[in-house]
Amino acid sequence: MSLDSPKEPAIELVGIDKKFGTVHANKNINLTVAKGSIHGIIGENGAGKSTLMSILYGFYQADHGEIRISGKPVTIRDSQAAIAAGIGMVHQHFMLVENFTVLENVMLGAEGGQLLAKGVASARKELKRLEDDYGLEVDPDSVIEELPVGSQQRVEILKALYRGAEILILDEPTGVLTPPEADHLFKVLRVLRDQGKTIILITHKLREIMAITDTVSVMRRGEMVATRKTAETTVEELAELMVGRRVLLRVEKGAANPGAVLMSVRNLTVRDSRGVTMVDNVSFDVRAGEIVGIAGVAGNGQSELLEAIAGIRKPSAGEIFIDGKPVAGVDPAGLRELGLAHIPEDRHHMGLVLKFEEYENSILGYHRDAKYGRGPFLDLDAMRRDAEEKIGKYDIRPPNPRLRTANFSGGNQQKIVVAREIERDPKMLIIGQPTRGVDIGAIEFIHKRIIEMRDAGKAVLLVSVELDEIRSLSDRILVMFAGKIVGEKSSEAGEQTLGLMMAGIAA
Amino acid sequence: MDYFDIFVSILGSAIRLSIPLLFTALAGLFSERAGIFDIGLEGKMLASAFAAACVAYWTGNAWLGLLGGIGISIVFSLMHGFASITNRGNQIVSGVALNFVAAGLTIVLGQAWFRQGGRTGQVPPEGRFSSIILPGADMMRDVPIIGPLYANVISGNNILTYIAFLMVPISWWVLYRTRFGLRLRAVGENPGAVDTAGISVAWMRYRALIVAGFLCGFAGTYLSIAQSAAFINNMSAGKGYIALAALIFAKWKPVPVMLACLLFGFLDAFANFMQGKSLPLIGEVPVQIFQALPYILTCVLLAGFIGTARPPKAGGVPYTKER
Repeated sequence: MSLDSPKEPAIELVGIDKKFGTVHANKNINLTVAKGSIHGIIGENGAGKSTLMSILYGFYQADHGEIRISGKPVTIRDSQAAIAAGIGMVHQHFMLVENFTVLENVMLGAEGGQLLAKGVASARKELKRLEDDYGLEVDPDSVIEELPVGSQQRVEILKALYRGAEILILDEPTGVLTPPEADHLFKVLRVLRDQGKTIILITHKLREIMAITDTVSVMRRGEMVATRKTAETTVEELAELMVGRRVLLRVEKGAANPGAVLMSVRNLTVRDSRGVTMVDNVSFDVRAGEIVGIAGVAGNGQSELLEAIAGIRKPSAGEIFIDGKPVAGVDPAGLRELGLAHIPEDRHHMGLVLKFEEYENSILGYHRDAKYGRGPFLDLDAMRRDAEEKIGKYDIRPPNPRLRTANFSGGNQQKIVVAREIERDPKMLIIGQPTRGVDIGAIEFIHKRIIEMRDAGKAVLLVSVELDEIRSLSDRILVMFAGKIVGEKSSEAGEQTLGLMMAGIAA
Repeated sequence: MDYFDIFVSILGSAIRLSIPLLFTALAGLFSERAGIFDIGLEGKMLASAFAAACVAYWTGNAWLGLLGGIGISIVFSLMHGFASITNRGNQIVSGVALNFVAAGLTIVLGQAWFRQGGRTGQVPPEGRFSSIILPGADMMRDVPIIGPLYANVISGNNILTYIAFLMVPISWWVLYRTRFGLRLRAVGENPGAVDTAGISVAWMRYRALIVAGFLCGFAGTYLSIAQSAAFINNMSAGKGYIALAALIFAKWKPVPVMLACLLFGFLDAFANFMQGKSLPLIGEVPVQIFQALPYILTCVLLAGFIGTARPPKAGGVPYTKER
């Protein structure tokens, strides 16, 4: 190993081509990944990154092309062949059995015999060794569903290493992690690289690419458009390569011009179904013409706060005023009537019915409006005309109101929700995770719409776990920790300051 | 008869009534833990009861009867697998269809072959599983308390009864101590994890269904050639569904499955005992009330008195690789 020059390729993909029906997912892809390096693959959703990695992991077969591992051509028919070739994959949605222990999950598929007893002992020893070598601490006897997400991901990495992986593919690994968890992951990845492992990191987050990779390849619409040394490129160049045009990474906005208080929350307390206090005596105001951002690590009560304001969750104490009127107990439909629009955190669970056609989702929640029908009947033509208008205005692709919503990409699905809520012209807008799982092109677009709402004199409350997003959009930032608002900062506050507040360390 | 004798006799009958439930619920345990809903247990039990009775009638050999019962039950299981695993059909629909097939086919074939209105011919004694008197049962009979329990509850059952209780620890051991069991439980929770570990999800699920078919074959055989001496129309009479209820009640775990089946068997035996008897103060209670007890209890228990029963997460969902 030590004789290998660092330039020796771990993986070479030559002319990989894959079609799904009419969709050309991968077009003649060539890629060389050097041994002992961290190689980033970046591209928008649907650019073909995941398909390419699935081919490498044996989920699909390429129609054409060759895969070489350490210079030798290999055929990877299934996951077993990939594992045998030393490839391990950490999937975006963890492939873990939630009610199994860490140990059972690591052993699954590599039990070392018909009976478990022998394998358990050797797996335990091997886990200890991996923990010592790479700093991957997890208690082997804890049950997966009781572990935080960051530890679950560590189990996924352990699974791959336990099977002797030399090449580790990580698919959007930080999507579910808090900033400290992501930092820890990066630390682990560097250790793995320094010990000679090869790492492929798939992401659409430019910052991550810059922070951790040695080399980066950019994919766009099924093609590999460029490969750069990370040190020799810039975020701007990568963004342009990804989208195919220049992208504004930081929204431009003028000074806020706050008016009257439109929404106020007073001593709000919210408990979840187990009786745990998630929002603890929270009070704040949002004025017309300002964006108030709520920063915090996921799970510190922001979701419950949003849901309480949106009328989805009943507060156990405190009051919410809209235009000075108390609205506790008003249902979401009633709140919409009062001019409150809600872009929920999770479009799949709350924002959309994925099996509906696009035009149905584009009026969902406003279907009682007179312009969409009379009495119990819906005016389908009006609905479709309305949907087409929004599709044009928000550049939703493909521009087909009759397409099932599930068939749109994440960014376009989010645009459907954003268009629906903003085009109703509400007085107040509450937004959760406006750009989660959304391409940078669409992020820019959504951010611009949010700023426009502010400039039009609306009150905007924004919740996001992306600190960058909070900082670039908000006029005032409230930091939430353990259900309480621990402080307020202006948008100029540094990342460090906010990060410490989010961790509950300084106020 | 004093109360203790009554108790012993109800207990003995409870054991006998719970055996088909136990086999069937254990069968369901394997298929459902692998993520395949098995509403077709009822049909499998009925078909295997019929097959066992036919084979035992023709050959006069109980063991060949058992083999026939198991064989047909596995065939039904494989049909369920072909519809719901290979072709990703709806598991409930496929299971219900199998129940109909079994109900219809046993009557049609029974009538064609035996011409006794759906009954099969009377199985000769050597074609049946008869009671086994355990050593010392007669001598023990006069020992107070332990004696009658040993002689009338533990001894005097047929071999299938003992096999049923033996299957409980065996099932536990297979599920929790073998590679097969680990993979089986995993495939019912997150088939993606199994697939990415390089194991075939479809083959795992087929194997689980074969085990289920095997166990369910015992249940049907027990009905027709151990408990009785012929197959009778609709002999399973909903026991497959009661077994499913017991499975849910037991939260998909082997030992609780046994206890749940014993409880349901006990209620059934109690209902039989109360036929025509009058209760103090109340007088004679219509027997239907007692017969309905197991079903009422099932409803009540399933309606939430057992806490949240967490079914295998991937249950009922055909596995497709994500694109």
